[in-house]
Amino acid sequence: MLIDFFSAVGDVLSSESTYINGALFAALLAFAATGEWVAEKSGTLNISVEAMLLSGAFAGALGYHFTDSVAVAIVLGAIGGLLIAIVQAEMSHRLTADQFVVGLTLNILVFGLAGFLDREIDPQATFATKLEIPLLVDIPLFGEALFGEPWPFYLLYGLVPFSWWLVFRTRWGLELRAAGENPQSADVSGIDVNRRRRQSIYYAGLTSGLGGAFFLFARLAAFDDSIIGGRGFIAIAAVIFGGWTLWGTMGGCILFAGALSFQLSLQGLGYDLNAELLQALPFLVTIGAMAIFAKRVRPPAALARPFIRGLK
Amino acid sequence: MTRGARLAEWVALYAASIVAALALASVIVETTGGDWWPVMEALVDGSIMAPGRWGETLGVAVPLLLVALGTVISAKAGLINIGQEGQLLIGAAFAVYFSFLIGGPGPLNLVIIMLFGALGGAVWASVAGLLRFWRGVPEVLSTLLLVTVSAQAIGYGLKQDWLLLAPGGDRGNRNQVSSQLADDNRIPRPDLFGNEFPITVYLAVALAVVVAYVLARTVWGFRLRMLGHNARAAQRAGVSSTAYGASALAIGGAFAGLAGAAMFAGGGFSFGNYQLVPGFSDNIGWTGLLVALVARERALPAVVAAFVFAGLRTGAGFVNSTGVESRITDVVQGLLVLALLVPPAVIFLRDRRRARAAATERV
Repeated sequence: MLIDFFSAVGDVLSSESTYINGALFAALLAFAATGEWVAEKSGTLNISVEAMLLSGAFAGALGYHFTDSVAVAIVLGAIGGLLIAIVQAEMSHRLTADQFVVGLTLNILVFGLAGFLDREIDPQATFATKLEIPLLVDIPLFGEALFGEPWPFYLLYGLVPFSWWLVFRTRWGLELRAAGENPQSADVSGIDVNRRRRQSIYYAGLTSGLGGAFFLFARLAAFDDSIIGGRGFIAIAAVIFGGWTLWGTMGGCILFAGALSFQLSLQGLGYDLNAELLQALPFLVTIGAMAIFAKRVRPPAALARPFIRGLK
Repeated sequence: MTRGARLAEWVALYAASIVAALALASVIVETTGGDWWPVMEALVDGSIMAPGRWGETLGVAVPLLLVALGTVISAKAGLINIGQEGQLLIGAAFAVYFSFLIGGPGPLNLVIIMLFGALGGAVWASVAGLLRFWRGVPEVLSTLLLVTVSAQAIGYGLKQDWLLLAPGGDRGNRNQVSSQLADDNRIPRPDLFGNEFPITVYLAVALAVVVAYVLARTVWGFRLRMLGHNARAAQRAGVSSTAYGASALAIGGAFAGLAGAAMFAGGGFSFGNYQLVPGFSDNIGWTGLLVALVARERALPAVVAAFVFAGLRTGAGFVNSTGVESRITDVVQGLLVLALLVPPAVIFLRDRRRARAAATERV
């Protein structure tokens, strides 16, 4: 049993596809988690990330179906995510509807709508061209995973530092963080709290939509309504796991993507290990990390608290 | 503003929102080449009009209402529990495990199923309660994360014959299914005007009345609401946020677990045929949460909301025959919920604006 286990782990770790799949999952999670991190910094908690990813993937598929261009499709994917974000933001941070109801409803709505339109239109997609960085791609095991990916993958290398710069080095980011930490004070000093929150959700919608479209063109090349399959929730878990720091969030994405791809490879190699445990792992690890570090790691003080002027 | 005008405003806003949602759904159907009216007819037929259908709808409404009642209780204490889907699953699993472990003659086994169902839900919700009040982990996050964990735990349990998996002979060639509940252990489904529904309908409605009464008229309910309105003031007045908060979470979970047990023993529309299977919860937990929130966290309106949402589910079964993909009902449901969220928010914002205008006039 134990020897079986170690030989399984050895086989998985020495298989190149583990790293390639892992990088794709990590990228999907990172696109979504980066945006969600920005949104949570402003004090919102969007469980509609799942819907944004799915909407991005479907909009990407539609875009490719009608224009035959992956680039256009990726842009449309981002817009698809943004549309969901607009509904979420307007409903919960202008109309003051409960953000969890709106998020849950959007998840159900988009799942239904994407499934419905998929049957009615049946859009075709394709694989995006791979962009291989010479020499680096020849590194054994993880060379192809990091440097031989479909081109939208490399957007991440810009997106993540840009998001950090946006939040920590611009006035907009300062106001955003103020809205997330102490909305009353922010409001008194003239910041439109709910406006900043809406904008942060738009940002999450754009990056998540991008992520959904990326995943479509990188991994499956055909739309299916189970394409996201709950990974939006893993992205939220990654933000929490990372203790609301961007680098921690990215660490969470890589760790959780590793668990996902590990499980996939195990199945591929014909091992029958405890797949349920591996699927639950991201959530168990996040809950454990929260329980251990909850007193030390501080979420944005107003996280998930709606702001209505004059009410606390 | 007179009371009549206010009521008219409410009604007009709700009507406008619902019509807008249905209009949007019809646009989606028509632009993809379908016909909207047959879809509407199928929805109404499948949920109420066709023979035997309102009984089906009542059967679906039971778990929705139970979940919603639990949500109302935890929400009143100011806690955001969004993990009902997982609490329901664990409740169902407890019910299955203990009903086959302990067993007993018909009615006794039903009591065991219900009790352990509620216990399972309460235990699962208490994990979140423990994390909240001992380690300070926000319950929003832990309840959400525990949903996936519970689904995987059930998947695992259904592969182990010492946990939930049926013994080899009983399950044919299916490999992830629990034993089936014996005929005399099931919740009776008497026939009323040609409609069959489990008698848990009466239990659920009675519980709704009890919850409404307890929250509005008892000391415990008062303290709970106090905690929800202003935790600090409640603490000063001697209401322990830990004791009351943790018990509110546990009771909320117990209701969700009870819903799972009722689905297992109650049979009817697509509820796993008296067996536990992967995906058993079938979004009932999430939908029940929506029911509670659409009813604006009040127990009695939740009865109506649960029936409407159940109707959308049972109606969906008839939509396929119109040639339009039945997934459209998810869309209709989502749009309706969003539409129902608009009027209270608009009125809230408008009231504030009026109050402010009145205040500045006086100055």
